[in-house]
Amino acid sequence: MTGQLNTGRAFVYGDGIDTDVLAPGHAMKLGPEGLARHCLEAIDPDFAVNVRPGDLVFAGADFGIGSSREQAAVSLKKLGVAAVFARSFARIFYRNAINIGLPAFVFAHEGAVSTGDTIALDLIGGQVSNITTGKDYPFAPMPEHLRNMIEAGGLMQSLKARFGAREATS
Amino acid sequence: MPKAATLAQKILARAAGLAHVTPGEIVTVTVDLAMAHDSSGPRRWGARLEALGAGLWDPSRVVIVSDHYVPAVDAESAAILKITRDFARDFGVEHFYDMRGICHVILPEHGHLRPGLFVAGGDSHTTNAGAFGCYAAGFGATDMTAIAATGETWTTVPETIRVEVSGALGAAVSAKDIMLALCRELGMGNHFKAIEYGGGAVRAMDMEARMVLANMAAELGGEVGLVEPDETTLAHIRAHGGEADEADIARWRSDSDAPYERVFALDASELAPQVAAPHSPANSADVTAHQGVAIDQAYIGACVGAKLSDLHMAASVLKGQKVAKGVRLLVAPASAKVTEAAAKDGTLAILSEAGAIMLPSGCGACAGLGAGLLAEGEVCLSSTNRNFKGRMGHKDAQVWLGSPFTVAAGAVAGKIIDPRTVLAERRRAA
Repeated sequence: MTGQLNTGRAFVYGDGIDTDVLAPGHAMKLGPEGLARHCLEAIDPDFAVNVRPGDLVFAGADFGIGSSREQAAVSLKKLGVAAVFARSFARIFYRNAINIGLPAFVFAHEGAVSTGDTIALDLIGGQVSNITTGKDYPFAPMPEHLRNMIEAGGLMQSLKARFGAREATS
Repeated sequence: MPKAATLAQKILARAAGLAHVTPGEIVTVTVDLAMAHDSSGPRRWGARLEALGAGLWDPSRVVIVSDHYVPAVDAESAAILKITRDFARDFGVEHFYDMRGICHVILPEHGHLRPGLFVAGGDSHTTNAGAFGCYAAGFGATDMTAIAATGETWTTVPETIRVEVSGALGAAVSAKDIMLALCRELGMGNHFKAIEYGGGAVRAMDMEARMVLANMAAELGGEVGLVEPDETTLAHIRAHGGEADEADIARWRSDSDAPYERVFALDASELAPQVAAPHSPANSADVTAHQGVAIDQAYIGACVGAKLSDLHMAASVLKGQKVAKGVRLLVAPASAKVTEAAAKDGTLAILSEAGAIMLPSGCGACAGLGAGLLAEGEVCLSSTNRNFKGRMGHKDAQVWLGSPFTVAAGAVAGKIIDPRTVLAERRRAA
């Protein structure tokens, strides 16, 4: 999150994008890269092919509802998605996203973004600028303790610091 | 006077070592019990713990259950199960259940639960343990790794929604029907909330029915689903080798003036059997609204829908009946103990005489793994808890949810039908 400005294309979906759509059970035995190729295939077979590093996903309510599978967030991250915006998030998905270093924000501006729009993103200031339409939209940045975790590179990096520090003092 | 609190707040305060916690507050809690399964547990923990140079914070507080890839159907699933087995041995986890049943059913079956515990599980239906008055929440693999290594996690103190169920359930109506109706009425977006169930209908339920309520709090979006413990809870715990104290009943309950965010009332006596149409548990309606939908498969399985009482419900419909031509009825009992009890009491004979095909105990087709998956365009009526697109096989398969009564009735009729009519016809014929 050090580069405040990220520019990418938007992929826009509706309500209730669940973990079975993000990480289908039938592909769960594949490794992370293999599973990511099936991400969102049930509703958009072209997503995994077309998405590029730095692109953004926008969705409606209840993003990530369903199972606890972290692969739902990991698949988006593996495909290079820079952040996810949704009207609301399922609790476990939200925690997983932060833990693996995928920024996730509540964003309630209906119709602000269409698939294919170019978006400039200010993660720290909390602003989505739709370059295609020329309009700006604010969003609430993350609470500090979560931002720290993302900045550290996710929960694993935070833990490494904790266990590393323990070793150093013992 | 201490501040009034809900059961969820009281457990979190205890786990955080604080006198009182307030909704919205972020607290660090100590975990009493960590539960993992073969899909999200050791196979994900191993490399992470190694990278940290950490072990388990307390192997005696860790329960590992192999229930997702069981039994192995190919080299990959065999490898996942071996990783799980080796991990349990190498890290000294004594509470390891290898292919003995589904984790949420294993925990109470083997006396691991007690009111007031903070339970962290690597599965979204960990909420199931809330039936015993535990604060039991699901976590992803990295969160669970942190818990396994440190015995701690953070959580936001939730608001509590109280669901008050009055009246008595009618014939062929069950806790599952309450939950399908609640998915419609409360929606699936109650993220980060605690759902607490009470009222006369809940008090009258046995623990298996209460587990259905707590289990499907996950479908409501809840962090936890809770039922305040009573004599039924303590008797069940003791009968399964667990520890419980009479004082737990008075200690682990919401105060009479607890600050609920909302109280939702439901009259069980007014409730008809429910079915949820594809592809969401919230697409539910009275079964009478969808009668006649032809099915290819009837599935009785999963933590929520294949305990002994669920098999009893199915058997009450299937006794002396035959599964309709062209329909397959698959039954995957929730645990080996359930199978054993159902064999002893004659339930398995009723099911198999009706034409049921018995499957191994495990998450199976409910998790999109194992036996019983669907082809493109096929229709399944299922006693499981979720019917998201693509969950149970092909993305264009259609999964309908219902109670074991409703699924068994559908298997006999070859289509969705009101189980009350099937039971009434049976009574007339008898």
